[in-house]
Amino acid sequence: MRITQGQFSFLPDLTDEEITMQVQYALDQGWIVAIEHTTDPHPRNAYWDMWGQPMFDLADAAGVMMELGDCRQANPNSYIKILAFDSNKGFESIRMSFLVNRPAEEPGFELVRAEAAGRQLNYTIRSYATAQPAETRYR
Amino acid sequence: MTALAPADTKTTTELTTTATTIRDVPGTVDLDALYTGAGIEAILSGMDRELIGLVPVKTRIRDIAALLVVERARRTLGLQADPPSLHMSFTGNPGTGKTTVARRIAGILHGLGYIRRNHVVSVTRDDLVGQYIGHTAPKTKDVLKKAMGGVLFIDEAYYLYRPENERDYGQEALEILMQVMEENRDDLVVILAGYRDRMDTLYKSNPGLSSRIAHHIEFPDYSPDELLHIAEKMVETMQYRLDEDARSAMREYIEHRMRQPRFSNARSIRNALDRVRLRQASRLFAARGDAVDAITLQTLRAEDIRASRVFTQ
Repeated sequence: MRITQGQFSFLPDLTDEEITMQVQYALDQGWIVAIEHTTDPHPRNAYWDMWGQPMFDLADAAGVMMELGDCRQANPNSYIKILAFDSNKGFESIRMSFLVNRPAEEPGFELVRAEAAGRQLNYTIRSYATAQPAETRYR
Repeated sequence: MTALAPADTKTTTELTTTATTIRDVPGTVDLDALYTGAGIEAILSGMDRELIGLVPVKTRIRDIAALLVVERARRTLGLQADPPSLHMSFTGNPGTGKTTVARRIAGILHGLGYIRRNHVVSVTRDDLVGQYIGHTAPKTKDVLKKAMGGVLFIDEAYYLYRPENERDYGQEALEILMQVMEENRDDLVVILAGYRDRMDTLYKSNPGLSSRIAHHIEFPDYSPDELLHIAEKMVETMQYRLDEDARSAMREYIEHRMRQPRFSNARSIRNALDRVRLRQASRLFAARGDAVDAITLQTLRAEDIRASRVFTQ
């Protein structure tokens, strides 16, 4: 199951050239670009691991692409996203966020039913990937 | 100079074409059009005008410009065109313009369309080397990332190698630097600068570094004429002027100063001019009863220069 999230989620995965152009756009706006990665595809997973620190004072996307290359090499079977933070007053929040890497195989989600009082059923989803410990997912 | 003289291309135009211009011949590229179209001549002649002396440097930059034009022509005709490696090493005595040229070179390379951004990140050892284990790599990488797309200028680069301490982190910074110089050749131009003898020690200890740098440019010392020219330029930019006597005094000053120890070319001239301005100010101040006009405030006189210690020693 192909997970989508953030900007461009309706498009096919971006190529490296397209990622470079998006990152360059963010840098030209004066936003700060950061890279984060995770192996937990749950949509409510807000705690992704930071890849290094957010990159301040960059002029060119090549620096971000270099870090992205390193991150991909270290976490080939992970979700990796690129974020752009706008520090201008009034925004002070993430302006861009899009996936730039995904595991080769994404096993998808299981629908979990929990029986509650009476005949009530509570539903939730659980990723098949997270059944394994973090290091052994997507092997 | 001759490498890119438009006259050369004009003669070929005359030779190859009679009725049509070279642009219309299929399978050919008009080098002259590429050259003038990109405004390269304006950039290069601007460099000639504003930088005095430095013939080897200017020749090399003209060669690079020629190469970049030819690369562009090759690409138009579908030939293989790998962007050349432009990492440079500037060696020379103090005050020969290494830093000045490095700051200008980003503008030139950007104008030539070789680098994407017209910016120079100027660093020294402190910006690259960390204080404890594991601190150096992220620090160096941060600097490299900031410089991407433009020029990374490492001043006094020989400090990166400290032979007396084998555990020095400078080596680690150099290794990362070399790796990025190799892998991100299209994204970054690295310029190392430093004094000749010390840079030689650095290169001897790191043969890989030396071979990754395509252009080793030696900055020659200035001649007295060039120094006088530089002095006049500096005076002009500070909105002062030398009168006729002051000019010959300045000339004499330069000749005296060059024979003395710790002479550092243009930097010595700049310092000398700063002191001359001080003396001019006290001269004007001593006669503060008189009204002064703009000309008086601008003029440096021979006596301001001749009061220098250099003449008495």
